[in-house]
Amino acid sequence: MARFEIYVTYRKGIFDPPGATAERALQNLGYAEVEQVKIGKYIQLEVADGTPEARVREMCDRLLANPVIEDYRIETAGEA
Amino acid sequence: MRFGVVTFPGSNCEQDVVHAVNHLGFDAGHIWHGDTDLSGYDAIVLPGGFSYGDYIRCGAVARFSPVMSEIVRYAEAGRPVIGICNGFQILTEAHMLPGALLRNRGLKFICKTVHLRAEESACRWLDVPAGTVLRVPINHNEGNYICDDETLARMRENGQIVLRYCEPDGTLAEGGGAPNGALDDIAGICNERGNVFGLMPHPERATDPMSGGTDGAHFFTAIARRVAEVAS
Repeated sequence: MARFEIYVTYRKGIFDPPGATAERALQNLGYAEVEQVKIGKYIQLEVADGTPEARVREMCDRLLANPVIEDYRIETAGEA
Repeated sequence: MRFGVVTFPGSNCEQDVVHAVNHLGFDAGHIWHGDTDLSGYDAIVLPGGFSYGDYIRCGAVARFSPVMSEIVRYAEAGRPVIGICNGFQILTEAHMLPGALLRNRGLKFICKTVHLRAEESACRWLDVPAGTVLRVPINHNEGNYICDDETLARMRENGQIVLRYCEPDGTLAEGGGAPNGALDDIAGICNERGNVFGLMPHPERATDPMSGGTDGAHFFTAIARRVAEVAS
């Protein structure tokens, strides 16, 4: 089994309400150095050995991310 | 006139839509998400709710239901498809309508009656003059409409913006008046052809004076009238 790790985040310019709320909350807690918070999703995907990354990319494009609003990054995490 | 109302696992407004259209004097039937036969229906409604628990993104899983490929074909034939609330989210996920619906700007689930202004649009399923103000409830957590600038410009040019959140007198609030933060105060849009229509407000909840107003009736009567025109 092989494992991929997928990070889904909002595309640049898309307002992220939970991120903006966390950003204000941290600033209110006194962390004045906080400039931006972005909150996204982390997905662990376990697939059969030898599954090409292109296949995982297709899964992201079709279901796991919405290209209209989101970007994603795929990392190979090796053996599951 | 027979409306077909689709039930996905997690839909919860299908019975409200059936009740509303029956109340208005039209026939309605339930369609299960696994069904693929849409014959006998003059219009398809994707109702509100939380299809597949809103997992991944609202509407992201429902769009792959067997019934959806038939609905795409149905829409390509120019026939009426309306998505209400979660139904609107499903239509954007299925790329039958442009843009996407994000979490409400204030992170709050919003349930209240709002004022909507009918825009000059290509939508064929609303029979009120442009500028008419309608009172219809909203009930959602992800109604913050977004699209890129290019898409917004194209939608304006094609008359795809159907409804905008407004003040009671029909004016738009300074700096944006959408309760959910929606871009350009957008509450409802249609496709270029005007036969696929998605909106966050729930017209089915405003069809009986006992439920606080009847402005929602315009949406269903417009479809019935247009369908009758085509048939005659």
